Amino acid sequence: MLADKDRIFTNLYGFQSPGLEAAKKRGQWDNTKAILELGPETIVDIMKKSGLRGRGGAGFPTGLKWSFMPKEVKERPHYLVVNADESEPGTCKDRDIMRNDPHTLVEGCLVASFAMRAHACYIYVRGEFIREREALQRAVDEAYAARLIGKNNIHGWDFDLYVHHGAGAYICGEETALLESLEGKKGQPRLKPPFPANVGLYGCPTTVNNVESIAVAPTIIRRGADWFAGIGRPNNTGTKVFCISGHVNKPCNVEEEMGIPLRELIDKHCGGVRGGWDNLLAVIPGGASVPLLPKSICDDVLMDFDSLRNVQSGLGTAAVIVMDKSTDVIKAIQRLAYFYKHESCGQCTPCREGTGWMWRVMTRMVKGDAKVSEIDLLQEVSKEIEGHTICALGDAAAWPIQGLIRHFRPEIEKRIADFSKMAAE
Amino acid sequence: MSLRRLAPPEIQPASFAFTAENAQWAEATIAKYPPGRQASAVISLLWRGQEQEGWVSHPMVESIARMLSMPFIRVLEVATFYTMFNLEPVGTYLVQVCTTTPCWLRGSDAVVAACKKHIHPHEKTVSEDGKFSWMEVECLGACVNAPMLQIGSDFYEDIDGPITEQLIADLRAGKAIKPGPQNSRNSSEPEGGATTLTDVALYDGSVIGKFQVQAPPPAEPKKPGA
Repeated sequence: MLADKDRIFTNLYGFQSPGLEAAKKRGQWDNTKAILELGPETIVDIMKKSGLRGRGGAGFPTGLKWSFMPKEVKERPHYLVVNADESEPGTCKDRDIMRNDPHTLVEGCLVASFAMRAHACYIYVRGEFIREREALQRAVDEAYAARLIGKNNIHGWDFDLYVHHGAGAYICGEETALLESLEGKKGQPRLKPPFPANVGLYGCPTTVNNVESIAVAPTIIRRGADWFAGIGRPNNTGTKVFCISGHVNKPCNVEEEMGIPLRELIDKHCGGVRGGWDNLLAVIPGGASVPLLPKSICDDVLMDFDSLRNVQSGLGTAAVIVMDKSTDVIKAIQRLAYFYKHESCGQCTPCREGTGWMWRVMTRMVKGDAKVSEIDLLQEVSKEIEGHTICALGDAAAWPIQGLIRHFRPEIEKRIADFSKMAAE
Repeated sequence: MSLRRLAPPEIQPASFAFTAENAQWAEATIAKYPPGRQASAVISLLWRGQEQEGWVSHPMVESIARMLSMPFIRVLEVATFYTMFNLEPVGTYLVQVCTTTPCWLRGSDAVVAACKKHIHPHEKTVSEDGKFSWMEVECLGACVNAPMLQIGSDFYEDIDGPITEQLIADLRAGKAIKPGPQNSRNSSEPEGGATTLTDVALYDGSVIGKFQVQAPPPAEPKKPGA
């Protein structure tokens, strides 16, 4: 188990004050000037060496992403945009960072912006997080007042930080949809290329990072790439905030080592699965969009990007949704199908029409009012949506259903058989 | 996606104007964005308008379009795309119940049932006393405190059917209710006490200056032929 001294978010639960003085006492804003004195190249180099992979779901190496920004600022200014549009069902980690440990994020914004030669940064907070937005704004105001950020600040890098918010669209968590939304438009994803590092916010070079990826940066640089890379497993390094919800005795958020066994995570921090480990039915290991895993895989799977990919799922945002044997697993996935239908932005036909179609078929399958052949049809249609849309929402809608068919096909068939038997009587 | 339209003309108000305080706030908000990029403020302004009036009306959309020099249709698009904008009147207390899978697994059906019983059998319908309306919403991002609901700006977490009934009853009686977890939890820690972050050395200031920032050693030059 990770030792407390190696945790980054030491006020994750808000038992201490989120204010600047308390944050400083916890080691934030500790000689930040020394970090900036390393220079942009060295900072990016440290981030690369740390092995940090983006914490927003896709797991793209953060240092590498930072290195895509132009090395010189020409006529177009550079921007950092922080994605705090946390909406993936099961995920509630950025919320805790913003309300309880906001100075990790504010300091991270300064460091990351400096590394990418940006003088301005926007944090896009999901609309529903009103109190979190207020907490974050308080931290930003404190940082301005203490001249940690702003024009002529004590760190010698002019830097403005703005808190922006959305209004309830899951799709704005997709980076280009987020940029559209930030520009005052509907949140409909852009075609890539051009990538945001070339043409991003207001047509300027922009990097979009998740809250957690940015908030861990100052600590990584302060303690060194080797420290971070020494936690976890190769290619899956560092610490991660896990969100464990559903049928466990004590659902919670917890910062743990990457690659911790799923069972250890649940038993140690969540008081175990409701009714004991043998009462486990399935787990969605990384937020709604990744395929679920049956108990047989959960028994010994490790919680990191590569281990979960190897079992045809994913770490995503590390939002672990636990389902015990009392769960109607078809209904659980049908509810997610409704979510994706509701949240499709309507731009690409396969997603706009397909998510609704899949939801309607899934709704019949919950009752069993379907033909067995429709299971294959559903699988086939989901494959037609996956990979045929501008953004990954189409994929995200397809994967949970594919996971259900992969692991619980007999359950669906039984539901259909029971229904037709009842109908015949 | 969902189909959303502005409310029918008969219930639209004749006009809309920000209060002096809100107008001043709007100006400061527009200034957060570079010159010529005032459209970026559209969501913030619509939201402030909704906070002022309770819902987004046709005159409000027109007024904000003028303030931001945007075509009416662009603001209308935004108002109808983002689901947090209420396009028709709601109760004084808008109860938004999360019913996405993590909340559903923990019993959000009972929360919905309580709303049906004590507010109105149908969602998005104002209760008889005009004080409440409720609606099902998608994941609100407090999944480890499921089930939960949002009233106004606050989340009410770790609830069940009876707690929901009590919350509604207290609000109806004009009593203050406590936001956050409705059980013994502080926030997202495991119920009964945190399993981590108990080391006092994290909080006594001893970490200040503990780590000296160092540039990593330069990579070893590649040996010829390697």
